[in-house]
Amino acid sequence: MAAAINCLFIINKSGGLIFYKDCGSAGRMDTNDSLRLASLWHSMHAISQQLSPVNGCSGIQLLQADTFDLHCFQSLTGTKFFVVSEPGAQHMEPLLKVIYELYTDYVLKNPFYEMEMPIRCELFDINLSQAIQRDRVALLGR
Amino acid sequence: MQFFGGTSEVTLSPSVPSSIGTGPLGSNAYMLYLFNRNGVCLLYKEWHRPLKTLDSNQDQKLMFGLLFSLKSFTAKMDPTRVEKGNLGVPLLPGEGCSFHCFRTNTYKLSFMESPSGIKIILVTHPKSKDHRENLRYIYNLYVGNVVKNPLYVPGTAIKCELFNTSLDQYIQTSI
Repeated sequence: MAAAINCLFIINKSGGLIFYKDCGSAGRMDTNDSLRLASLWHSMHAISQQLSPVNGCSGIQLLQADTFDLHCFQSLTGTKFFVVSEPGAQHMEPLLKVIYELYTDYVLKNPFYEMEMPIRCELFDINLSQAIQRDRVALLGR
Repeated sequence: MQFFGGTSEVTLSPSVPSSIGTGPLGSNAYMLYLFNRNGVCLLYKEWHRPLKTLDSNQDQKLMFGLLFSLKSFTAKMDPTRVEKGNLGVPLLPGEGCSFHCFRTNTYKLSFMESPSGIKIILVTHPKSKDHRENLRYIYNLYVGNVVKNPLYVPGTAIKCELFNTSLDQYIQTSI
């Protein structure tokens, strides 16, 4: 089945990976690699702002690679969310905003969650899986 | 969805020019970089760059470093391949999954690498179209006017007048 998204990363404001979800990509990535990729993305996001020819740059929003697209959303507090999808996948920005809402609802409002720490919230996991599933169904319907 | 459902979406991006044209030359292009495989900047041109945070040498190094890391990032991230190698190991041109453009709210960067390791980077307005064809054309200009120029020493900054004028003309008319 064609997966809409391959994986989701959530990076805290200092570049640490706080959440990673793999939804079907070839070859599993081990934990160390995902941590490295997350901090690499964090620094490249910052460098891309430095290189901007115009004022007011807020970093990479879309990266188009040969075999995937990467959509990134940075919240006002500096938390970065990015999803890896098939090339040319549409409607990834709304999905990222849905994921952000889930994060605010089920992670930030969880009294046991410590800020900037890895996310281990069951409700977030459940709702996230449902959101991704809904997105897949919507993709098949399109 | 009331968070984002509103109509007044906050955006920092510059407004899209009503007619196509932001730079003084009346084109969408902001900057162009040309690197060889050793990271030497062979050519740097700018048409529209109001913001300069670094001196040109530092800026070129930062750009090359960004491309290098982005390439190893995409090669490692590639969801279609099982064997991806190690992160950070230098990749040969054409090896691993590469990328062709990225977009921020203020600019779009298009990237092309030739099999010999020549990297062409074009920075344009974020709303501009796909530039892969344009980059290939610029590469052809480079091959025709620089590589075939008997007076050009490989690995040095490009000072071929014919290349400069034809490149300027092309950017002005086609991008």
